[in-house]
Parts: sequence; C-alpha cells; structure tokens
Amino acid sequence: MPTPARSTRGPAGLRLGALAASALLAATALTACGTGAQQEGAPLAGLRIMVPNAPGGGYDVTARNAARAMEDAGITGNVEVFNLAGAGGTVGLARVVGEAGNGELLMSMGLGVVGASFTNDSEATLAETTPIARLTQEADAIVVAADSPYQDLGDLLEDWRADPGAVAVGGGSSPGGPDHLAPMLTAEAAGIDPADVNYISYDGGGELLAAVLGGQVAFGVSGAAEFMDQIEAGELRVLAVTSAEPAQGLDGVPTLQDEGLDVDFVNWRGLVAPPGLDAEDEQALSEAVEELHGSQEWKDILETNGWTDAYLPGAEFGEFMDSETRRVDDVLTDLGLL
Amino acid sequence: MPETLDNLMMGFATALTPVNLLYALIGVALGTAIGVLPGIGPAMAVALLLPVTYGLDPAGAFIMFAGIYYGGMYGGSTTAILINTPGEAASVITAVEGNQMAKRGRAAQALATAAIGSFIAGTIGTLLMVFTAPVMVSLALTFGAGDYFAVMLLAFVAACSVLGKSRVRGFASLGIGLAIGLVGLDSTTGQSRLSYGVPQLADGVDVVIVAVGIFAVGEALWVASRLRRTPAEVIPVGRVWMGRDDWKRSWKPWLRGSFMGFPFGALPAGGSELPTFLSYMLERRLARNPGEFGRGAIEGVAGPEATNNSSAAGVLVPMLTLGLPTTAVAAVMLTAFQQYGLQPGPLLFEREPELVWGLIASLFIGNAMLLALNLPLAPMWARLLRIPRPYLYAGILFFAAVGMYAVNASALDLVLLLLLGLLGFMMRRFGLPVIPLVIGVILGPMAELQLRRALQLSNGSPVGLVESPLSIGVYAVIGLLLLWPLVRLAVRGAAGGGAGPDARREDTGPEADREAEARPGV
Repeated sequence: MPTPARSTRGPAGLRLGALAASALLAATALTACGTGAQQEGAPLAGLRIMVPNAPGGGYDVTARNAARAMEDAGITGNVEVFNLAGAGGTVGLARVVGEAGNGELLMSMGLGVVGASFTNDSEATLAETTPIARLTQEADAIVVAADSPYQDLGDLLEDWRADPGAVAVGGGSSPGGPDHLAPMLTAEAAGIDPADVNYISYDGGGELLAAVLGGQVAFGVSGAAEFMDQIEAGELRVLAVTSAEPAQGLDGVPTLQDEGLDVDFVNWRGLVAPPGLDAEDEQALSEAVEELHGSQEWKDILETNGWTDAYLPGAEFGEFMDSETRRVDDVLTDLGLL
Repeated sequence: MPETLDNLMMGFATALTPVNLLYALIGVALGTAIGVLPGIGPAMAVALLLPVTYGLDPAGAFIMFAGIYYGGMYGGSTTAILINTPGEAASVITAVEGNQMAKRGRAAQALATAAIGSFIAGTIGTLLMVFTAPVMVSLALTFGAGDYFAVMLLAFVAACSVLGKSRVRGFASLGIGLAIGLVGLDSTTGQSRLSYGVPQLADGVDVVIVAVGIFAVGEALWVASRLRRTPAEVIPVGRVWMGRDDWKRSWKPWLRGSFMGFPFGALPAGGSELPTFLSYMLERRLARNPGEFGRGAIEGVAGPEATNNSSAAGVLVPMLTLGLPTTAVAAVMLTAFQQYGLQPGPLLFEREPELVWGLIASLFIGNAMLLALNLPLAPMWARLLRIPRPYLYAGILFFAAVGMYAVNASALDLVLLLLLGLLGFMMRRFGLPVIPLVIGVILGPMAELQLRRALQLSNGSPVGLVESPLSIGVYAVIGLLLLWPLVRLAVRGAAGGGAGPDARREDTGPEADREAEARPGV
C-alpha cells in the first residue's frame, strides 16, 4: 500500500521554519530515490486540512488518513495537513470561521468540537461554517476491568442508583466532550440526576485505560475502538454500547436500549469548510469528499481503523450538527455547566 | 529469560544490515536536527518526520523511527545547554545547570555528559523494558491518583532547598509559578481560570514557553541592560573533552538517573518533568560539593539527562504491552505502528514477534548511533558560544521566537514569550530566583489535578489520599525530611556545643552560593 510516490509528500505534514524544511527536503530526497510527483491533472490542488487538536488525536488520524486516501486515489494533488490545537478545537474553529471564502481549506472535526464551543464560550460557532460531510461514527462502550464485581449493566445500575457519588466514572474527554456526555445521558435515562454523577476526566484514552484496568474508577466510558484490544485479550468486560445498533466488532454486546435505557449516542467525525464559499468551490470540495467516500482506499482505511462509515453529505450534515448542538446544550444546561 | 534473549537476537538479525544501519544514521541525524530547534520536542519531531518513513519496509522504517525518537529527545538538550532554550519540557531542568556550565566554558563537557548519559540510560532503560515489562505494567496500574499526589508533595518539599537565600523571594517566585500554572480551563469543572476570554489560553501556558521566556529571553534582556557597563568578554571555550574528574562525577548520576526515569516513564501519568526534577534534587543532595549547584555542577546535567532518556524508554512499556499511549510521543508512535498494521496492545508480542523485537533492537541501535554522531559534535557546538555576546544573544532571541512560534503557530505565544521575558528580567533585577517559578509551573497543575482526582475518587473523603501502602511510605519520607533538621538539632544539642559552628558553616555555605544562581546573568 505505501507507494514510494507518497514519500514525496514528506514535508507537507506541518508548518515549520525554513531550517526544518530544508532538513526534511534532504531526507525526502534520500528516501524518495527518483520517484516523481504525480500531481498533473488532479482536479483539486493546494487543499489543506486543519486539525484543531494535537498530533496523534482522533481528528488528526482522520485528517491524515483522508488526505492520504485522496492523494492515492488521485482525487486531489498534495494535501497538506496541519495542526492548530487549542481549547478543545475552538481555536481552530475560530480560524476556519475567520477564513471566510477560502475554498482550499477543510477542518477535521467532530462531536468534541460541539461541546468545546459551549464550555469555552466560543464566539465562532459550527453553524457559521460550511458543512461538507460527516464521515465516520463510533459508539461509546461502557467497560469494567475483568476482575470487577459488575457482571452486567444491571449490577452496575443497581449500585449507581443507590449512591451515584460512590461509583466513579472515568472518561477520556473533559467536561462537554463525548465521553462526558455519554455517561450523563445514560444516567439521565436510568433516573439518576446527572449532577450527581461522579465523572473523572482523564487525559486521552491511555490514561483512562490504565485507570479502568487498575480499578481506580468503577467503570470507564470511551470510544469502543479504544478498548478493542483489551476486550479481545479478556482484560476488560464490555457491559453495553451506547449506540442504537450493535457496535462493529462487538457482536453480542447489548446496547443501552436493549437494557431498557432510552439512549442513542454515537461520537462522530466529519469535515467542515469556511463560511461564505462560492457555489463552485463548495461543490468541488463536496465532490472530492464524496469521491473519497466511494474510493477503495477509504474503505481500506475504515477497515484498518475499525471505523463505522457514516457518510452524510452537506446540507443534511448541517441539520444533523444543529440537532447535536441542541442536544449538547440541553445536557450541559441540566448540569449547570452553562 | 533465555527465550527473551533469543528473541532479542532475532530482532538484531533483522535490524543489523548495512542498509538498515544507514537508515538508523539518517534517522538519528534528522531527529537531532529537528530536535535542536527550540519548541520542537520529540512528539513534533516524530510527527513531522513520519511521512519520511512511509516508503520503507517495516524494519527499515522502525529503525529510522527509533533514531528520530531518541534523536529528538537528545536534540532538545543541546539548545538547553548552549543557549538556555530547552526544546521540550523534559530538558527544562537540564538548562539549569547545563547552561551555567556552558557559561563557564564547559559546554563541551556538559554536552558530552548529556550524550553519554543519554546513551547509558537509553540502553539500560531499553534493557529494563525487555526484561521487566510485565512486572512494571502491573505495578504501574496500581498507581492511583493518591500516590501521584504524594510524590508531587515530595517534590514540593524537595523544592524548598532551591528557594535561595531569601525565603520570601523564593516563595514569591514559587507563587508566581503556581499562578501561571492556574491559567486555563479547569479539567474537573470546565471553568476557565485567568484566561480573560482569550481562547488560546484555555489550555494553559506551555511550560516550555515559560522556561524559554524566563531563562533565555529574560537573560538576554538582563545581559543587554548591562552590556555597556561590563567589559565585553567572550565565553571561554575550555578543554574539549571530559576530564577524569568529570567522568568520576558523572557515572553515578548516569546510573541513578537510568533507574529513576524508567518507572516514571512507565506510569500512565508519570511523564519526564517530575523524575528529571527529582533527579536534580537527589544529585544536589548527594553531591560532594552541593555549593557548586547553580553554578554549573556536572552532576546536575548528568542525572536529569539520563533520567529523561530512560523515561523515554519507560513510555514504551505501557504502549507495547497494553496499547496505552501515555504521552504525545507515544500517541504519534502508535499512529506510526498502525501504518504497518501493527496494533500495539496485549496481543502484540504474540501476533507480531518479528516486528516487535526488530523495533526493540532498533532502539539499541538508534541509541548507539546517537552517541556516535553527537559525541564528536559536542566540541563543535560549544564553539558557537565564541560568538560575541551582542550577536549571540540576538541569535538566541531569534531562535527562541521561531521555536515558540512553531509550537502552535500562534502569535499570542510570542507575546507571552516577551511578557515572560520581561518578568524574567525583573526577577533578575530584584534578586528573585527563577528556578522555583519554573518548578511551580511544572508541579502546580499536576499536583492540583491529582489531588482533586484522588478526592473525587474517594467521593470527597481525605482518607483517599492515604489508602495505599505506597502513598503512606512517601508521606513517611516527607515527614522524615521535614523533621530531620529538628532531629539533628536535638542530637547535636544533646552531644554538646562542639558541633555547633560546624553545622552553621554547612548551612550558610551553599546558600551564599545560591545568591549567584538568582542572578545567572552576573
């Protein structure tokens, strides 16, 4: 899969001073060994994708994979991916909103940015951006360590209802983020006041996994893919998934609805563009992403990463974002965070 | 264990071919080159250079990758030593003694002890990883928020000894640091603190920006303000290699650092700042001549540098065995592994033994390459300092600004850098020591987070802080440290007045020296 031609993309990853760039050029010259760039005839040139958080995060992985797939499938020329981290993605959001009319910029984003724009009191909102497409979605999983006393969700709910404060929930996002919303919605459906939920925020998936495995928290909630390997190795037990449909790769695990709780929650990721685009630019971007969605390269990426395809184009994606925004608003207002 | 050795040999067989050695060399050179730029830590270096490895076969890519990783770790300390501009949080402590050594014409020795220390610690750390990974992981998982908080408290107690001659000024400096550490979104409640509605401040102020602003920019301003009054002297470039005495003073800190950094790296929230700082305090306590600390003690470079490299090896333990990326670097590496269909996690060693052991062997090779490349470079780097001061400091300001801008591509960071530089200048002007400030910025937010997390986990009961044997043990050590002077006084008092004057000299000696530390520009 990794063709030599790709290595010519080397320096496009992130911006840097001239020194670093020249070091990189030297390096790519060494590894590329005489392969030429193949950008002639690509319909979209100079496309950049901004990642509103740090390298290695979910939006970063989505953006870099999408960029690679678009290049490999010949949909675009070189795509530059760059990071502009800060304030849960709202620093990047402000930048996109500020670049009105720029038809060569996309931002990789998702549910986390919706929550962050509330908790950070962001002036720029997602409603101002041009929605391009939702790409993937993923259910959150409710997990406990293998040696936990909770065998099924019923056991957990019994204790949780009896004394919500004593049953600590760990999640991989800060208040307002997806892993925070999922247990709050679950608690609400189970008749527990979300304000009583003892939610402990961990820095990313790694620290959370350690806390769940080590029994620091009673249970953990995060994207199902984060836990997949540990589940397979029998170190974690999944009690339920938060989506309405069973999650990919977790057949036989009940959904919250199966357990009688009225919750349908998935974390999703997609792409938005700056506001005020020409109809032409907007169409070009939408078509490129649609083509990406149809490509074999993208299907392979979905498969390797265990992502569920949730393609939803332009206007429908915009409506979907609106409804998600209202939902997050409701939850956070109930919690007194707004 | 024999099986482990067999596997390791198999890994070396994959990794040790001429082509792969060339890749290792390229990786190390690139990693060092990128890591040298201030503000570009190992995470950024690895993310930047990742695409370079795409075209290679897995073994070659991993080898280049290991080189980039260790090269980036090492590159950061070069600028810390030479121009007081740490490239990443792990080398902030290195800058403290390293730059003092450089000012006294011992830059080559500081760089050499950092390079050799990094090699030794990297090798020991990787060996520890090979042989103790399963044990370390189960230990690391039992480490809870209460234990972290106990260790942070220990670090705060240790920090008291760097407060300087005037306790008031020392605590003022620490207080400023703690206040800077408060800036940003509170992770427990989502409330913003001291960010004045500026979204870029929501994630707090990066400790690297604080260190570079206070250390490098503050000092440049201080030097500039005195340039007319002090004769323009060029920093002497002394001996080129480490002398016998340097070796004698370095080897123990190297070894202590190797064993100190590794467990912290393996902890999910251990990181490298805390162990490097603890290593610095330990070396200061154990040194033959503690008075030299603050004026360029080689132990203060050797220990922390060894520590940060062995913690880098420690980070790989939870990642390879559990699939837990505990640092930004690990998260980026995880992405890299996935490029090759390698899914780190509990099943990795069974599924892909060849690649994993190839990777581990590459770590050894990358480490050795790094030493081979950097040791001869040390004297060359050191000659940079012969540039006359106005030009040298202009260059430092330029590199500091470029580097800090590169971290987030945010103009606000440059404003912050200058403001912190002004603060650093004022602190030098009024004799406030700068180290407590940086310690406050590093430890404050971590201690707060762990304290609140521990209390949350125990549902508000303070008993949660002293529940594990480990935290109880650490509190016992803290108690001992705090009570020790009283105990000693009581013992001396009982033994009669004979030891009195001696004890007094011991107490004032180092403190008088520390005044110099408060004004590194002098």
